[in-house]
Amino acid sequence: MTEEHAEHILSYGKLTTVWVALLVLTAATIMVTRVELGVWKVWAALAIASVKSGLVIAFFMHMKYEPRLFRIILFVALFTLAGFIGGTFFDVLYR
Amino acid sequence: MSHETAMAEGGFWRDSGRTGIGAWIFSTDHKRIGLMYLYCVLGFFLVGAFLGLLIRLELMAPGPTIMTAQTYNAMFTVHGVVMIFLFIIPGIPASFGNLVLPIQLGARDVAFPRVNLFSWWLYAIGAVIVLTSLFTGGGAPDTGWTFYVPFSARTTTNVSLAVFGVFVLGFSSILTGINFITTIHRMRAPGMTWTRIPLFAWSLYATAWVQVLATPIIAITLLLVVTERILGLGLFDPTRGGDPVMYQHMFWIYSHPAVYIMILPGMGVISDIIPVFSRKPIFGYKMIAFSSLAIAAAGSAVWGHHMYTSGMSDLGVLVFSFLTFIVAIPSAIKVFNWVSTMYKGSISLEAPMLFALSFILLFSIGGLSGLILGAAATDIHVHDTHFVVGHFHYVMFGGTGFAFFAAAHYWLPKYFGRRYKEKPAIVGWVLMFIGFNILYFTMQVLGMEGMPRRYYDYLPEFARLNFVATVGSWILLTGVAIVVWNLWHGLFKGEAFTGNPWGGATLEWSVPTPPPTENFEQDPVVTHGPYDFKGAGIP
Amino acid sequence: MSHLEKDSFGAKLGMWLFLFTEMLLFGGVFILYSVYLTRYPKEFGLGGHQLDLVYGATNTVVLLTSSLLAAMSVTAIKTGAKKLTLGLLSGTVGCAFIFLGIKYLEWSAKFHHGIYPNSPKLIAGPPGESIFFSLYYLTTGLHGIHVIVGAVLMSWTAVMVQKERINAGDNVTLENVTLYWHLVDLVWIFIFPLYYLIL
Repeated sequence: MTEEHAEHILSYGKLTTVWVALLVLTAATIMVTRVELGVWKVWAALAIASVKSGLVIAFFMHMKYEPRLFRIILFVALFTLAGFIGGTFFDVLYR
Repeated sequence: MSHETAMAEGGFWRDSGRTGIGAWIFSTDHKRIGLMYLYCVLGFFLVGAFLGLLIRLELMAPGPTIMTAQTYNAMFTVHGVVMIFLFIIPGIPASFGNLVLPIQLGARDVAFPRVNLFSWWLYAIGAVIVLTSLFTGGGAPDTGWTFYVPFSARTTTNVSLAVFGVFVLGFSSILTGINFITTIHRMRAPGMTWTRIPLFAWSLYATAWVQVLATPIIAITLLLVVTERILGLGLFDPTRGGDPVMYQHMFWIYSHPAVYIMILPGMGVISDIIPVFSRKPIFGYKMIAFSSLAIAAAGSAVWGHHMYTSGMSDLGVLVFSFLTFIVAIPSAIKVFNWVSTMYKGSISLEAPMLFALSFILLFSIGGLSGLILGAAATDIHVHDTHFVVGHFHYVMFGGTGFAFFAAAHYWLPKYFGRRYKEKPAIVGWVLMFIGFNILYFTMQVLGMEGMPRRYYDYLPEFARLNFVATVGSWILLTGVAIVVWNLWHGLFKGEAFTGNPWGGATLEWSVPTPPPTENFEQDPVVTHGPYDFKGAGIP
Repeated sequence: MSHLEKDSFGAKLGMWLFLFTEMLLFGGVFILYSVYLTRYPKEFGLGGHQLDLVYGATNTVVLLTSSLLAAMSVTAIKTGAKKLTLGLLSGTVGCAFIFLGIKYLEWSAKFHHGIYPNSPKLIAGPPGESIFFSLYYLTTGLHGIHVIVGAVLMSWTAVMVQKERINAGDNVTLENVTLYWHLVDLVWIFIFPLYYLIL
């Protein structure tokens, strides 16, 4: 069990900081979608959503403090989902 | 170990706090759960095989033979649903996986024994729901096991309930997958490094990942069929802006990887049996282990090859066709490695080995005919014909089905402490092999000649070969009956089976027969590889 | 390692694997969403315009706050503060109820305007609009079910904490339940911009 780390307890302060950051990003995403960006609006909103979910996963869900295995399998899962969407688009975009 | 006196009533068969049926359906022992799966799975296999026999009888001669057209539609639907969701997907992983995996790893049980039991309950409940759907509501579903929209959204038959049952079965499959991944990561005995894991366990690992990552997609897809029927969401309805081809995408995103849920454990069984009966360490251990993962990964990206004629974009067809050919590489790696293992080995042709050898041949025929279907140009010609039916029966039945029986003959005596008779097993195998090829090779020829699948009636020029195929189905089922009866009779009433007669070097052969409730008297320390017969001290 | 003692690493691994299946479940809906968005960008914009941004944004804040409280409850239990843990868990469940209440108001307003699956108004409208609202009801409905399940799990965990079956030494159950709750939050983080902000 070499990969086991010492238990890491997050402080209330750190968690609150993350929460504030999430609220700021929520405000940012609302603002950015009020600007006329066309198609890029979706990508901007998605990018911010990804950052937000990154924060939730890293801190609220402790991913930053888990062994590497967890990050590898998370990547595998997300990559698989991306592959499912991407494969579908080979059909949908070129029909 | 020297518990040579143990008999069928000993070991985990006796050790249980409860009595009666409660000792089984509430047991968290992986061996009891595995056996419960085995009985269910085998039962559903026989039901499905019987339905298949009826389908063949109907097709024996042109025109109505023994049933109406609507009954025929229900027949092939139920045959598909039972065989795929109730037999072949849980077939090897849930039954033999549960029986063998923890012992192979040197563990006392799976990582989450209670989740394991829950998973069996979900399987049982899902099976009851599916069976209920056949006899209630508007009658048995008639959509084919694929539940394609728009028909599945409109037919008056009992599709909603059947689909819900499959949804529950999917949940069961997911939980088994989660359990096995965690077990393999966390429960290995000291010394059981990643390169000492038996190849059956490796194949279950790859399978479990597909179960975890692909099954949720079928869950949401089937949920969409139900909501489509009940709420009328219109997501696949062209008049409302929906796209029926998207249903096919979603369905096959799961159902193609599901094909590898079915075949990978079978390949694992074969990888464990061949070295034992060739008296030689496996050739290319790492490549076989790696190719399981490669098949799981590549197999998750090829679903579009079921849709060449659906109206998908030409670029989509091209991409999916190309990716499909990639899957052939790891599959071929396995076949070559099995054959190389046998080269200059001291091969003993006993029942498990015979099933394993026929697996290699039948799987190869199925795999190669799969390439004909994977190539878009030839697929257009044989799409939705009996060629496809022949192809997937070669892979699923000739592959997974034969591997299932190979595993049954290889492992079950260890768990029952009694053995089957060798001669009937071989007679049954010969009949199965001959009948199988008469049935499904004829189907492939029929398909090449243009006989469509799922049709109730056909043109007179197909009559002769259809008759031949039906005769083949009788031979095949006679073989199956002999094999199942021989196993059943032998395992409950046969001679005592003790020790390690075949000389396996994996851990399950080092425990008493039958294995005790917690598998090991002392937690084992692994000092040799799974196919290192010398290291295991086997002559 | 075939230990009989509790393996919290293994429990968390199992939970994460389960969360992946949830991600892929919602992922299936997002496949449909992305395909139909590329096909009907204008209708999706018009549909998004009809959703109430105030309700959506409020619910986002509610869920983020609930997630914070859930994460804090893990810190609390590990430092042995039982009362604080119970308070934080009640806060999380409270947020879940607020979320569901707002969702109820939002859905009933929509129903009132004749926008619900298979409604005559949607059938008469442009095809893309009907697809947008079908997806909206499907996604938020599925998410709502997860909120309810999460709230039930949270309440059950609180009872376990009260009984001290979950304590400073053995708290992986609480961790796993909060992981589930964060996933519910994660899904909403994507639902919010994709449905409410698209115009």
